[in-house]
Amino acid sequence: MEKRIKIIDGNEAAAYVAHKTNEICAIYPITPSSNMGEWADQWSSEGQTNIWGTVPQISELQSEGGASGAVHGALQTGALTSTFTASQGLLLMLPNMFKIAGELTPTVFHVSARSVACQALSIFGDHSDVMAVRSTGFALLASDSVQEVMDNALIAQAATLETRVPFVHFFDGFRTSHEINKILLLSDDEMRAMLDDDLIFAHRQRAMNPDRPFIRGTAQNPDVFFQARETVNPFYVKAPDIIQKVMDTFAHITGRHYHLFDYVGAPDAERIVILMGSGASTARETIKYLQERGEKVGMIQVHLYRPFSPRHFLAAIPTSVKSIAVLDRTKEPGADGEPLYKDVVTVFSEAMTEGTMPTADMPRIVGGRYGLSSKEFTPAMIKGVLDNLTLSHPKNHFTIGINDDLSQTSLPYDPAFITESGKAVRAMFYGLGADGTVGANKNSIKIIGEETDFHVQGYFVYDSKKAGSRTVSHLRFGPDPIYSTYLIQSANFVGCHQFIFLEQTDVLKNAADGAVFLLNSPYPAEEVWDKLPRKVQEQVIAKNLKLYVIDAYKVAEKTGMGSRVNTIMQTCFFAISGVLPRDEAIAKIKNAIKKTYGAKGEEIVRKNYNAVDQSLANLHQIPVPEKATGTIEMPPTVSLEAPEFVQNVTAEIMAGRGDDLPVSIFPEDGTYPSGTTRWEKRNISLYVPVWDPEICIQCGNCSLICPHSVIRVKTYHESMLQGAPKSFKSTPLRGKDVPEGTRYTLQSSVEDCTGCALCMEVCPAKSKDEVGRKALEMEPKEPILEQERENWDFFESLPDVDRGQLRLHTVRDVQYTRPLFEFSGACSGCGETPYVKVLSQLFGDRAIIANATGCSSIYGGNLPTTPWTVNKAGRGPSWSNSLFEDNAEFGFGFRLTLDKQREYAGELLQRLKPELGDDLVTALLTNPQSGEAQIATQRARVTELKEKLQGNKTPAARHLLSIADSLVKRSVWILGGDGWAYDIGYGGLDHVLASGKNVNALVLDTEVYSNTGGQASKSTPRGAVAKFAASGKPAAKKDLGMMAMCYGNVYVARIAIGANSAQTLKAFLEAEAYDGPSLIIAYSHCIAHGINMQKGLDQQKLAVKSGHWILYRFNPELAAQGKNPLVIDSKEPSIPIKEYAYNEIRYKMLTLSKPEEAARLIKLAQEDVDMRWKLYQKWAAE
Amino acid sequence: MDLTTKYMGMELKNPLVLSSSPISQKVDDVRRLEDNGASAVVMFSIFEEQIRHDIESLDHLLSAGAESFPEALSYFPDMGEYRVGPDQYLDLIRRTVEAVDIPVIGSLNGVSHEGWITYARQIQDAGARALELNVYYIPTDPDMDARQVEQMYLDVLKAVKGAVTVPVAIKLNPFFSAMANMAKKLDLAGADALVLFNRFYQPDLNLTTMQVEPSLVLSTSAEIRLPLRWIAILHHRVRASLAGTTGVHTGEDLAKYILAGADVVMTTSALLKNGLGHYAKMLQELQIIMENKGYDSVAQMKGAMSQQAVENPAAFERANYIKALEDYKARYMTI
Repeated sequence: MEKRIKIIDGNEAAAYVAHKTNEICAIYPITPSSNMGEWADQWSSEGQTNIWGTVPQISELQSEGGASGAVHGALQTGALTSTFTASQGLLLMLPNMFKIAGELTPTVFHVSARSVACQALSIFGDHSDVMAVRSTGFALLASDSVQEVMDNALIAQAATLETRVPFVHFFDGFRTSHEINKILLLSDDEMRAMLDDDLIFAHRQRAMNPDRPFIRGTAQNPDVFFQARETVNPFYVKAPDIIQKVMDTFAHITGRHYHLFDYVGAPDAERIVILMGSGASTARETIKYLQERGEKVGMIQVHLYRPFSPRHFLAAIPTSVKSIAVLDRTKEPGADGEPLYKDVVTVFSEAMTEGTMPTADMPRIVGGRYGLSSKEFTPAMIKGVLDNLTLSHPKNHFTIGINDDLSQTSLPYDPAFITESGKAVRAMFYGLGADGTVGANKNSIKIIGEETDFHVQGYFVYDSKKAGSRTVSHLRFGPDPIYSTYLIQSANFVGCHQFIFLEQTDVLKNAADGAVFLLNSPYPAEEVWDKLPRKVQEQVIAKNLKLYVIDAYKVAEKTGMGSRVNTIMQTCFFAISGVLPRDEAIAKIKNAIKKTYGAKGEEIVRKNYNAVDQSLANLHQIPVPEKATGTIEMPPTVSLEAPEFVQNVTAEIMAGRGDDLPVSIFPEDGTYPSGTTRWEKRNISLYVPVWDPEICIQCGNCSLICPHSVIRVKTYHESMLQGAPKSFKSTPLRGKDVPEGTRYTLQSSVEDCTGCALCMEVCPAKSKDEVGRKALEMEPKEPILEQERENWDFFESLPDVDRGQLRLHTVRDVQYTRPLFEFSGACSGCGETPYVKVLSQLFGDRAIIANATGCSSIYGGNLPTTPWTVNKAGRGPSWSNSLFEDNAEFGFGFRLTLDKQREYAGELLQRLKPELGDDLVTALLTNPQSGEAQIATQRARVTELKEKLQGNKTPAARHLLSIADSLVKRSVWILGGDGWAYDIGYGGLDHVLASGKNVNALVLDTEVYSNTGGQASKSTPRGAVAKFAASGKPAAKKDLGMMAMCYGNVYVARIAIGANSAQTLKAFLEAEAYDGPSLIIAYSHCIAHGINMQKGLDQQKLAVKSGHWILYRFNPELAAQGKNPLVIDSKEPSIPIKEYAYNEIRYKMLTLSKPEEAARLIKLAQEDVDMRWKLYQKWAAE
Repeated sequence: MDLTTKYMGMELKNPLVLSSSPISQKVDDVRRLEDNGASAVVMFSIFEEQIRHDIESLDHLLSAGAESFPEALSYFPDMGEYRVGPDQYLDLIRRTVEAVDIPVIGSLNGVSHEGWITYARQIQDAGARALELNVYYIPTDPDMDARQVEQMYLDVLKAVKGAVTVPVAIKLNPFFSAMANMAKKLDLAGADALVLFNRFYQPDLNLTTMQVEPSLVLSTSAEIRLPLRWIAILHHRVRASLAGTTGVHTGEDLAKYILAGADVVMTTSALLKNGLGHYAKMLQELQIIMENKGYDSVAQMKGAMSQQAVENPAAFERANYIKALEDYKARYMTI
């Protein structure tokens, strides 16, 4: 049979088999499994069939809970059904998993295993999710590599049909789900040979069918439930043998033989490790390395973890074994060991009792944790674990890979122990997300993997910022299969695609002796050496590196590639790495360019060809001097003025040294200080806004819209200008009745600017002499960087404007309020963050925020630095993220506490009135706190109250002191995106809105699941393309606002800050003031719309003009006054929907791929708009 | 009544041709026009610059933000093939050619030498019977002299002529210093037709937004004069066919162009104002005029009032002004 080579990642491998061997997939996006659903959806939308010749039906549900329900239903009615998920998603499937297993229903869930959120969320890989489903009755089958994922996906599918035990087939999130490797693709024939049609018929035969009805899913009582529950036992008893038989059949068909437990190592091994998942690959590599050096070591890779077969397990243990280390990639706090360890101990203990021991004596068994949340797991760590077993009293319940100086659990290991083969080329590339480095590397892997006999591996590390994010690519190429499931430790090629990285991170840390170092340098070849930081020079000399440079940005500019240096750097890599002969490599790059870009047009192909040719002409080798002569030192990561925690922890994480931080340095309950982004001066934009006070009309729009809170405004008396830097700009404050000598300054924090230019776009002030020139213009940063740093510091030293004096319903005055959300890692020009910032400006010093998981929780709460901050009095939003699905309820809980504490405080005040005095108590209890001034007064009284309570040791006084803060009005905000509000969290949101409680929900509506990469939500409008709606969303957007208005007592507003900022402010103020539930739905332009983000505000205007986004406010208080509560704030639609929609790729791409369908859907979308406008008009008119 | 005419070697049933305009974006509309008497259709122009821009923006926006953030390595599903570049245009030509019996003429606005040639060939291969080069160029560079501008037109024409076998028309603007000489040069360079004239989008200033905005104003019959003059002058002086475009709203306008020497007359504005059925009306009006003036055929009428054919050829040079003056004197000064 012809061997079919494929270069894919683990997710694609799993999805490939699932799509080929199922009829239905019910899906929901969650990192890192989303891609599996995306592949399945895409293949079905392209009409690709399964092995029986029919196109599987792919359906997105509203949550994983929903997906599992749909899976259950589809299974019960006889379809071959699968799903894909991870982490919390898997946990949401738990109830149905018990049902599915209890009913002995064959199915395979493919899980890219991921940490379950505890003290923090993490998207990365470990087994805490799959370990949480051990009791469901699902079989758990683990894969360690991309090839195994494909193979085990099929083995699981075949085995589930025969055993009737449902399977979770899992592999490590990111490490395997996102690793690209060269594998052998299973053919349709191989898959058909593995799947017995009779078993499929039997599955269908067991299905619900009114022609032969039965009842399943009964309720049972204490008399019978127990016995009935025990009926499944024979299936679990038989399952291991059946699964092994399936594995044997698979081996017969494909030549790849797996076992429930695979032993690797010396036949006479004395020390072994036991583990599963991707770590097994690295362990195998290490064991072989040590075995070749005469060590009596071995390992057992667990494939089938449940049902756990002691018989098969013991059979795999060499009789010579004396000590065993069991490694779990999970943590069970409070347990006397992690699950796999305990299983192994139990098996040996039972074997001892039963007399079935494979070894002469009971081996010493220890267990430990490794690799939580994709923590690196290297050969050195495995050696450390094996070394532990040589001790007379090896450490048990250990950790490996971290420094646990708190509980002393960690094992020592020698990081210098490296097993990487000399035959493989190992290349590391440091790039920016925006420069296309990862894309180019994926391309290189395909070139080498598809066109040569080399094996390939690619793994990519990203940071958590959405704008200006850094990437590190790890590529291995070699003649042997590559199983090193850890980051490159010894690179013989290092590419640095951004010169600035040399000052920010240790790029050459992993460079091997004699490695090639390729640097993208903005300096001429002859000047480069002197521009290198001294440390880099020293490394280049000490490691005998061959240094090559190219000014890739110059070449990119010359060849029309803009800022994308990907093709250029890729060409250089091939030209100097020696992976392939140079000419052959160049020809292959061009061939790959044709394949990659051909679909997008000849012009793109031509441009890339030109870039390839120009790259070679501009690549230079730099002679390396014998001595380092550089004067440039690496600057400190953060200012020395930063707080201690930021210096010791945050800065270390920023510098890429987070792995080295010990346990004791971290907060034990996930609590971190606010306001740390201010210490991370990222300097990611080359252009920044420059203010012209002469043109400026001081309207405040730029400051309001700035998504990154970079533009700040203050007014102050001219006397305060003493000591101002020379370049500090100041102008008289405009307006009526302005006190003499009042000045106005608009200052940018240029080091935090992302260059989105929304400020310039929104600026209405134009020069009279030159109407194209505005009060804010984007200009090169470098020449003004130093002066602007000084100006910013001076600006910050000026006092904030007194909030009590401000009219917060005007943009002009809101500009003077300090944002308590600043410098987030959101996309440049983000459409969500202006709303978040406004919230922080209006209510931040008394806000308590529940944030649904999604973009806003990532840019709002992802380490190392977080943007929620405090004002000069130390007050600021108190923020937390619970989950994706429960956010409304989470915020509702805040309200319950606040109301209860407020009530209790009132009761205690009454009780303590004699001591506290009538006046103070009455004043505290009767202050309506309806404005900034009254709130300030209340705060002062609470301070007075606390002072009075200090000396009072009565229980009532002490209780009152602990809750006295609740007497100041709190503002509860529930934030999230449309994925939360329209889909997964809708039930909760609906319930909370119906509760009548005083909470404010802000829906940042991007009309798509932005954070997980653009999957359709029920907010996605008709005709827009999104993942899971690749043929254009067929149904109309859900009208969440109208649904909420139906309650009558919910304040609802629909806003678009770019279309009507005054209405936005009004809505925020009214919503917050309304003593009941409020819902604000905010149009948020998004990178997932496929727009030039600089034009995001224009799109907001067009969305409103076209009637797609009607602006309105529904205020139940108006109804109480006998008025119509609904006020429409936008005009009748004046442009067709097309004029708005076709500026966005999400709509336009359908016209380019399926024009007829696009025409049909846009017509319907227009009808939606027309109908909705009429409906709203009627509501507003009554 | 014989309305047939010959344009670039093609036998047309009458001289009324749809000029390059958005009307040709829909095959059904072209079919309706054919039913209403149109004898040929010039497709709307394909703009190389626009194609490049569209391709680049699609590429950029589909990949913006991709491969940057671990949870969202892309933001859009992979749709496989996109019908970008000239694909949709060429497909439209193919469908139009299939749907109608009248000749379909492709129209092209290039930027690069390569672009002109590539797209011209593709349009020919898609079934267009002829090509119209829409050289839309505003020479804003103060260092570029008239000769260079003229040479650019000639180079484009030669390049396309060398690349295709179908006839090639060139649409001109009226701003050449030496219009007749330019026409002659183009004629010698192989132009199969001269189309007079291109109406550029003219920028306007919006006093509300204080922005420069392009605006297109539909032509009026009054605008017929300029092309009319040059057709009258060029008739029989160039080998190339002549097409009159701009300001054609009535059968009368049609008649004037033919009398001046146009082989075909093109219009769009009249249709945008009056609907697709207006062609039939214009042809009817033409026939009435021909009847009244005793013409049996368009061939007979063609060029009957060209510069060479009229009694006072100077009238086309500077005499319009003088004649107006004479009229004025005659009417008011002789008392």
